[in-house]
Amino acid sequence: MSEPWGPHDVGGLDAGPVDTSEHDTAYWEWQIDAMVRLALKKGLISDFAELRDGIEKLDADDYERCSYYERWAKALAYALVDRGVVNREQLDGKVATIRARQKGQALS
Amino acid sequence: MSEHDHHHDHARTFQPDHPEPTTDAARVGLALRELLIEAGHYTAQEEQAVIAAMQGASPANGARIAARAWADEGYRQRLLDNAAEAIHELGFDLAPYEFTVLENTERVHNVIVCTLCSCYPRALLGMSPAWYKSKSYRARVVREPRKVLAEFGVELDDDVEVRVHDSTAELRYMVLPQRPAGTDGWSEERLASLVTRDALIGTQRELPLPEEQ
Repeated sequence: MSEPWGPHDVGGLDAGPVDTSEHDTAYWEWQIDAMVRLALKKGLISDFAELRDGIEKLDADDYERCSYYERWAKALAYALVDRGVVNREQLDGKVATIRARQKGQALS
Repeated sequence: MSEHDHHHDHARTFQPDHPEPTTDAARVGLALRELLIEAGHYTAQEEQAVIAAMQGASPANGARIAARAWADEGYRQRLLDNAAEAIHELGFDLAPYEFTVLENTERVHNVIVCTLCSCYPRALLGMSPAWYKSKSYRARVVREPRKVLAEFGVELDDDVEVRVHDSTAELRYMVLPQRPAGTDGWSEERLASLVTRDALIGTQRELPLPEEQ
């Protein structure tokens, strides 16, 4: 078998049994999904290949650690920072705001 | 969550039974979302509409297509020859993807996967199950499909050929399960009620009839 192209290229690798249990999609996951679709519709990214490109740039640790929609989130962030739709500082600032807001809620 | 935190701004729409994400990777996604909404790239109303449309797609769509193919030989032929057109006849739009329907027979069992990511016929099956996106399923079903299928309770005789179809960003698949025996003369609606999501993916082969009352 040829060498995998990246952490996403898992076809044929060894892995444990399939966990066939069902799951609910959390609302924030629907929101990420909708954001990607709207980014496409509004022309903020040109096609799904751009998102896939971001996912395939994740390093192996990141890829393994992230859940499915976390990978989408990171990939879209890469693409939109790359295109200058948002900048890194804005994004970091907003992440800090959200973290603080969540912490505030936990304490209140 | 406390009881007095309902003064959400417009970008925050968490529901009590849907927890907020707790990882930084997820927060990056939510941060991006809030920035895009604040900058006017899209509105929270547009987001709601997209989510509602996504939640409206379910395996009942794929089941309708399978039932039509069982009930109407001409439709079955069109479906296998040009799936996108035949599916469009029933009002589903699969653009921009190419689409192929794979027919199970006595001697052939089909199963779909996307080894590289998670390509899935969402318009016909709704949200994909977590296992479809899992590394275990994606890694193993292409190499040891019989063993993986056994984990789903599908035991195939040795003389049944297994065909595994790896989806791509441009090409999607759906499995047409075998029509169960004992369903002669059934209406399409009743036939459709037998068809499950997993049968349309290929991780189920037999479609049991409901118990007689």
